[in-house]
Amino acid sequence: MAGLLSSSPANKAEASIVEGRVGLLLLPSWVVIGILLVVPVLIMFVYSFLTQDFRGGVIWTFTLEAYDQFFLDRGLFGDEPPQIEWTYLLIFWRSFIQALFAMIFCLLIGFPTAYFMATSPPQSRSMLLFLVTIPYWVNLLIRTVSMKFLIRDTGPINEWLLAMGMIDEPIRMINTAFAVQLGLFYSYLPFMVLPIYASIERYNFVLSEAAADLYTGRWSTLFRVVIPSVKPGIIAGCILVFIPSLGAFLAPDLLGGAKNFMIGSLVEEQFKGQAGDWPFGAAVSMILLTIIMGILLVYARNQTQSTSRGH
Amino acid sequence: MPATKRNPRHGGIEMARATEKVKWYPGFREITLACFFILYAPLIIVMIYSFNASQSITIWGGFSLHWYEKVFYGVEAAKFKTATVNSLIIAVMAAIVSTVIATAAALAMVRGKAFKGKSLTFGLINLPLMVPEIVTAVATLIFFSVIGFDRGLLSILLAHIVFCIPFAYLPISARLQGISSIYEQAGRDLYATPGQTFRLILFPLMVPGILSGFLLAFIISLDDFIITNFVKGAGVETLPTAIFGAVKQGIKPNIMAISTLMLTVSIVLVSISYLISRMGRQE
Repeated sequence: MAGLLSSSPANKAEASIVEGRVGLLLLPSWVVIGILLVVPVLIMFVYSFLTQDFRGGVIWTFTLEAYDQFFLDRGLFGDEPPQIEWTYLLIFWRSFIQALFAMIFCLLIGFPTAYFMATSPPQSRSMLLFLVTIPYWVNLLIRTVSMKFLIRDTGPINEWLLAMGMIDEPIRMINTAFAVQLGLFYSYLPFMVLPIYASIERYNFVLSEAAADLYTGRWSTLFRVVIPSVKPGIIAGCILVFIPSLGAFLAPDLLGGAKNFMIGSLVEEQFKGQAGDWPFGAAVSMILLTIIMGILLVYARNQTQSTSRGH
Repeated sequence: MPATKRNPRHGGIEMARATEKVKWYPGFREITLACFFILYAPLIIVMIYSFNASQSITIWGGFSLHWYEKVFYGVEAAKFKTATVNSLIIAVMAAIVSTVIATAAALAMVRGKAFKGKSLTFGLINLPLMVPEIVTAVATLIFFSVIGFDRGLLSILLAHIVFCIPFAYLPISARLQGISSIYEQAGRDLYATPGQTFRLILFPLMVPGILSGFLLAFIISLDDFIITNFVKGAGVETLPTAIFGAVKQGIKPNIMAISTLMLTVSIVLVSISYLISRMGRQE
């Protein structure tokens, strides 16, 4: 987080104390992340081309079966002409839409909040920043469980509404798509506020004044001056909400129930649940990873482009 | 900060007042209040209900510490105790190892000259943040299974060290960037060896960043559910996986008491980390 908020210039390292030791100092990070993350992802890629062993493991015969199962429907006995398999594409589509809406709702609430925080007096600003940071660090499982408790049929919301006579029977919220949407929004809201806050804090309000002096309306100043200037922060926030939402497991699992499957639940079921198809689970993870790396690559490219243009 | 910058040629206060007016947008304060309400209401409600005396969890029956007693002395107390001990051991070890690795990496990245593959290394250090948790979980599980590594506390620890590194790295490198290299150069000018310079000059200055990184890594490890759930062996539980297992059978009030305790621990640790890093900045 400190990295997002501060941008002090790198120090010149003349006669630096680490001279000649850079490789040695970086070795542990390379080894640990290389062996325990890069190699496992490569092995996962290989695994997605292996044959499923029905006793729960794999047979080392290479096949495209996992990807075939994902994209193509060949009928019950596998001998019909292949058609597009919609089951898994629909799960991806649903996850995509839910992540997209989580992002939009987070932006609608997060931008005004970040703006208000960044424009409040310095003392209350650091207090507000601290208050947004706390939920960021609080256990996501506990936050999701709290939300589940709150919106259950017999949870406080329904009990209060019943007690006040506003409803006659509990509103069904848990195990609906709405609950998943709410859970994703609630989980990742701080991820939207923090980067936008960081870029609004660096925004020079002289620009807004100049716009006002030239008789630009309040809202058109916001949309045509402020928002374009803080766009990098907005995009960073959108990515920080969209990506974890796409692969989320806790919100769909605890709040959505069996009917509101997302990618995370589909993957989990292959390894921890009934399905037990490891190559298929590896293939689904691989497809998810490819989509996300694609998004990050487009983002990184746009960023380098806008910096080279001198923004 | 640009927010309070005033143009000295104009009347400063008048100008500032005009700026305040330009900055203001109707409804933004209300949305901010709503945002904080959304973020905190579920947590506060769970905290309140964890002190509920009533057997039914949603009907308020007065204040009581009954559920906390259940947590420590109830039927499931032993299970949660083992899980807590596991979580603490893993979090302490993962935080120590990842902080050491991150400190070394930050020294090389911030104090070292530009070298080939520097941006690649930066990408590698931050890779655990970019790969979705569920994908990391799957890859690590397959990896341990392929090399025939026993799934237990050690496999959880190894997996945790990886994703703790970037969280420890952020505050440490930020702190190091804020320390002028004048001090080290003064030390070197006075014939201190690089080792002495680091031990006697740079390290003490880095301590706030290192502590802050350690605490964040500790919290991240303590909180992890998804990756732990995949790489843990049968029968091995950490606190989050034990809570998840219990929640699957319905939310009982003792879960709310445990949640409240965990919430408190996280909030206290984040506050300490925040105070330490602020102390560091004010020096």
